[in-house]
Amino acid sequence: MARILVIAEHDGKRLNASTAKCVACASGIEGADIHVAVFAETGETLAAEAAGLAGVSKVIQVDNPANAYPLAAVLAPQVAQLAGAYTHVLGPSTTFGRDLMPRVAALLDVNQITDIMQVLGSHTFKRPIYAGNAIVTVEAAAGKQVVGTVRMASYRSVDSTGKAAIERAVVEAELPGHSRFVSLQAGKSDRPDLQTASRVVSGGRALASAENFAMIFKLADALGAAVGASRAAVDAGFVPNEMQVGQTGKIIAPELYIAVGISGAIQHLTGIKDAGTIVAINKDADAPIFEVADFGLVGDLFKLVPELEKALRT
Amino acid sequence: MDRILVGLKRVVDYNVRVRVRSDGSGVETDGVKMSINPFDEIALEEALRIRERGDAGEVVVVSIGPGDAQQQLRTGLAMGADRAILVETAAAPDPLTCARILLELVNREKPDLVILGKQAIDNDNSQTGQMLAALWGRPQATFASKLVLNGATATVTREVDSGLEILEVDLPAVVTVDLRMNEPRYVKLPDIMKAKKKPLDQIPLSGLGISMGDAPTVKAYEAPQQRQKGVMVPDVAALVAAMKDKGLL
Ligand SMILES: Cc1cc2nc3c(=O)[nH]c(=O)nc-3n(C[C@H](O)[C@H](O)[C@H](O)COP(=O)(O)OP(=O)(O)OC[C@H]3O[C@@H](n4cnc5c(N)ncnc54)[C@H](O)[C@@H]3O)c2cc1C
Repeated sequence: MARILVIAEHDGKRLNASTAKCVACASGIEGADIHVAVFAETGETLAAEAAGLAGVSKVIQVDNPANAYPLAAVLAPQVAQLAGAYTHVLGPSTTFGRDLMPRVAALLDVNQITDIMQVLGSHTFKRPIYAGNAIVTVEAAAGKQVVGTVRMASYRSVDSTGKAAIERAVVEAELPGHSRFVSLQAGKSDRPDLQTASRVVSGGRALASAENFAMIFKLADALGAAVGASRAAVDAGFVPNEMQVGQTGKIIAPELYIAVGISGAIQHLTGIKDAGTIVAINKDADAPIFEVADFGLVGDLFKLVPELEKALRT
Repeated sequence: MDRILVGLKRVVDYNVRVRVRSDGSGVETDGVKMSINPFDEIALEEALRIRERGDAGEVVVVSIGPGDAQQQLRTGLAMGADRAILVETAAAPDPLTCARILLELVNREKPDLVILGKQAIDNDNSQTGQMLAALWGRPQATFASKLVLNGATATVTREVDSGLEILEVDLPAVVTVDLRMNEPRYVKLPDIMKAKKKPLDQIPLSGLGISMGDAPTVKAYEAPQQRQKGVMVPDVAALVAAMKDKGLL
């Protein structure tokens, strides 16, 4: 039997959708008994939310003032301490999980399986390498614990029909004081969240300025879509870093992805491979983005985007 | 501070379109261009800027892998690193073994700061820095886009999913860098000549008293599913109609 511990990601108020996706991945392991650990300052509502995730049998609530903000150096020894009773420890392949889980893996003396996209057996998984240009089947060391991060675009959240028991736990671990949270500058937006939105509109370098990028926001609003960007657009300062889509940004899987003035560099395409439908607007008919686009429109975005927005509003 | 240690991994250049061999035995690496992992190049650039500001005595670059990684170390020396260490292994080891090797070098070199790339673009593991920090029992600041040193501590801006996080860590610490931290310098010809005279230590893995660990074994390689090229539409009206047809609007 597989005893699986999923590490919940949250902002102190709500669970991140990544937790329900990790549970979905865990459910694919045969004979899985899935527990979710919630590390927070006061995790009551979070634990209740986790208890509702279908397939979870128990939620472990670890309240500690030290857990008010998720610092890998502080969380890792606590996770490692809890992990003793489990065969698998899973976290999301978000910046939270990518920061934390390798630190946990090292404390447990194992390598981590990064970006699990498919479960083939208790120790056998598929994962992408080379920015998704190759998929490997890997087998974790036999007889050892498996620590892994789950590729978000490969899983759908489990639903909220569960009724798991909640257990409060005190974890005795020595917590370091050498790392301190100072601040988080989070983008505030009423728009859908880029990582979970079913529609996304992204803009590239071609937008040429932050002012022009407003055009992308307007188009997104006409569709009720989230907004993303290429690395070039972020580097140029048109939009903040959390909007970057791609190998080093967010890997997303919306039903509809509209790429505007984005050439389609391999590192960008890595982030949208799992999108349902890709629409591309680009003035260069030979742009690589058209090789993967379901619908391509060649032309000047400064003319086409307002036209499309208008057409969608009527 | 006295010393900064920087890791440089030899990887397939980021411009190469990597392909899985037709027999599924691996990815095609014969005759392809090899370079310093782009994130590591940024790590080195940051270390050099710190030294050039007078905040660090020397910058030591380290690579772990087969002998030909000397090329990347020479490039690192040409960029401005003071000396290089190559830990020679038959193949590039798994992240945990790399972290153990780096820990051994940390114990020997006593750096105040270790700067690594946030991931290597070949295996995309993104583990080594965090693992080194764990084994060393020191802070980690991953995915960093800005690094400010204030004596015994560092203030690091990290690119996280929700925005920018600022973390303060005591030194020594491990920092892994993201792409927006800086733009690495170009190497000039005279620097390449000068780099040939800089020290490059070669240490066999056995010389560190470390053996290869339990890497996950790769059972199969396959090409990813390719998306099919779709249709071109002539104008906005046709695009809207096509999206409606597919039930997207
Ligand atoms: C290690 C590494 C990681 C990276 N990670 C990422 C990542 O996560 N995400 C990412 O996006 N990139 C990433 N990149 C960068 C990537 O290689 C490209 O440089 C980047 O995606 C280019 O952005 P772009 O398409 O906006 O710009 P460009 O490539 O400059 O493309 C602009 C496009 O706009 C079109 N255009 C110009 N004017 C108009 C107009 N008026 N109307 C219509 N079309 C117009 C042009 O034809 C062109 O195709 C990474 C690179 C490296 C080395």
